[in-house]
Amino acid sequence: MATSHAAVWQRATVLDTTALTDHIRRIVLAPDHPATVDAGAHIDVRVPIGGVPDRRSYSVVDDGPDGRSLAISVLDSPRSRGGARAMHALRPGDTIEITQPIVDFPLRVGAAHYVLLAGGIGITAVMGMARVLRSVRADYTLVYAGRSRPALAYLEQLQSAHGDRLRLHISDEGTPLDVTELVGGVEPGTELYLCGPIRLMDAVRRAWIERELPYPDLRFETFGNSGWFAPEDFVVRIPRIGAEVTVRATETMLEALEAAEVDLMFDCRKGECGLCEVRVLDLDGDIDHRDVFYSERQKDSRGAMCCCVSRAVAPPGGTAVVSIDIS
Amino acid sequence: MKETTVDKILGHPLNAWYVAAWDHEVNRKPLARTVAKRPLALYRTEDGDAVALADACWHRLAPLSMGKLEGRDGIRCPYHGILYNSAGRCVSMPAQETINPSATVASFPVVERYRFVWVWLGDAALADPELVPDMHQMDDPEWAGDGLTISVQCNYQLVLDNLMDLTHEEFVHSSSIGQEALSESEFTVHHDERTVTVERWMLGIDAPPFWLKNMRDKFPGFEGKVDRWQIIHFESPTTINIDVGVARAGTGAPQGDRSQGVNGYVMNTISPVTDRSSLYFWAFMRNYRLESQVITTQLRDGVSGVFREDEDMLVAQQAAIDANPDYEFYSLNIDAGGMWVRRLIERQLAAEGRLPAPLAAG
Ligand code: FES
Ligand code: FES
Ligand SMILES: [Fe+2]
Repeated sequence: MATSHAAVWQRATVLDTTALTDHIRRIVLAPDHPATVDAGAHIDVRVPIGGVPDRRSYSVVDDGPDGRSLAISVLDSPRSRGGARAMHALRPGDTIEITQPIVDFPLRVGAAHYVLLAGGIGITAVMGMARVLRSVRADYTLVYAGRSRPALAYLEQLQSAHGDRLRLHISDEGTPLDVTELVGGVEPGTELYLCGPIRLMDAVRRAWIERELPYPDLRFETFGNSGWFAPEDFVVRIPRIGAEVTVRATETMLEALEAAEVDLMFDCRKGECGLCEVRVLDLDGDIDHRDVFYSERQKDSRGAMCCCVSRAVAPPGGTAVVSIDIS
Repeated sequence: MKETTVDKILGHPLNAWYVAAWDHEVNRKPLARTVAKRPLALYRTEDGDAVALADACWHRLAPLSMGKLEGRDGIRCPYHGILYNSAGRCVSMPAQETINPSATVASFPVVERYRFVWVWLGDAALADPELVPDMHQMDDPEWAGDGLTISVQCNYQLVLDNLMDLTHEEFVHSSSIGQEALSESEFTVHHDERTVTVERWMLGIDAPPFWLKNMRDKFPGFEGKVDRWQIIHFESPTTINIDVGVARAGTGAPQGDRSQGVNGYVMNTISPVTDRSSLYFWAFMRNYRLESQVITTQLRDGVSGVFREDEDMLVAQQAAIDANPDYEFYSLNIDAGGMWVRRLIERQLAAEGRLPAPLAAG
């Protein structure tokens, strides 16, 4: 396999950037060290945010011969933490640091049926899979849900490539996605690959478990950047070491604590491994759990949080304050 | 591009089916095998399907082949107990309430055909079962026989070279199948995109001991001269089936009437393991006296002895290659078949973007 799990950094030159929708730009990069790209791959990008380099993950949408160029697509929404703005500002000829393609969301060829489900910008993670499934003549359906037609990137391209296999759900046209119906209609032996906002992922997960479908056949990728609430500033206290840190809406709790030189353990930085767990001692407000590490039971107990992705949200009319202890 | 190099250590294509094991070797106890530098854990589900997973747990890379099979199609990592299904997906993480969505190990496409378990380690989207090389004599009711596996410490291409030119029989196998007529007779070579054929006929010769015995198995008390043939069929990238036999001299075998003779097929398929080791799967199949298990065993043991002579030569050749890194290969006209094989393999490597092959020691 040409693509690996390890992050190998390199430079890439911006070849081209185009607006796909009001908020989504396609950015084509020429990496210094081309490598073939498997479906489901993403790259990590170092983006300067307020002069400080930060790391963001973007799915590879498509690639040129032998991986000599690869395209990503970036959504800049009012909720994004600043990385998207920097990405949108890129112009041809600029260089940035990226990783070689990383596959944490591999497509397995050989299942009886496939559903690829994308919410909004999540389409970027499954487009390559749809291409492979079409070329191996697999039985697949590509389900693409969004708020409005003009907000759906790559719509025409997908329509002509996938024809009847593409199913659209557009809220403002009165055809919103009904998750229960979708999951209810899934045939046994189906693998469902999902990328979208946390609400969608959560609804699908619940419906999947409800129907007692095999959990490993539900495949999803989260970069931990989607939450139940818009990010806002909040305060973290660590009584044992007498620290108090304000987490800005544009940074993660882990980043803010690192900047304050709090020594924390982490690995994935996307809410999967649980290594960045902090214990919650006291909470004024609520927790926006954005990880996939904790079970519902653990999330509801509010006893701990994955600080790489999860945030505190304010009580009515106030600022959230969370007191934690660390390992 | 430089065509037909004589690289002494040839890289191997990845978009190809390679035999990982005989069908009977893959069962309800995991088997560790390396093919094309990829360590595999091979096992069979309760439903009887062969499975090939990467033999390194997602967590800390412990070998899954040391683990236990569980449930209908699962395998549990022997170290911290992650349970995977046959698709390589984590089904349970013992120390937590959820499953990390990226916890997977690669599950490689597998086809069972011709008594072998074939694996595809390249781009899974290209893994077309139609590309499994034809070895139908292995389980065709018209043929009987058996074979073994040789784990040979040399680059796979040296084995292909060995099988594509049989003049070596005169020198390496002088007591069984070798005879002067081999290097004295003419041969023809043909090729297309996936195959190379080398054909050699030796007319009106004495049957060497191996073939005299076979003739007498079918025609008790046989005496006299024979017409002998060797028709080598290579199919890309590493399968070579050799149509061999002898018939009573002058009874029309070259024209297609083999009724007065005995016919065998030497089935060979080579799986690269590392740059300097290979798994050589072979069988000797025959289309006469199908009922005789004695003959099956005698032929298997006889050919096994012949192939041990090849193995000794190949290992010594690889050692000499490694001991003389500053010396290159030169070619003879007898290498025509082997050189076409190289060229087909090199074209496949080029198509995969893997020429020049990165050739690390190993
Ligand atoms: S670092 Fe892995 S969940 Fe936070
Ligand atoms: S190495 Fe397999 S579970 Fe830890
Ligand atoms: Fe030989």
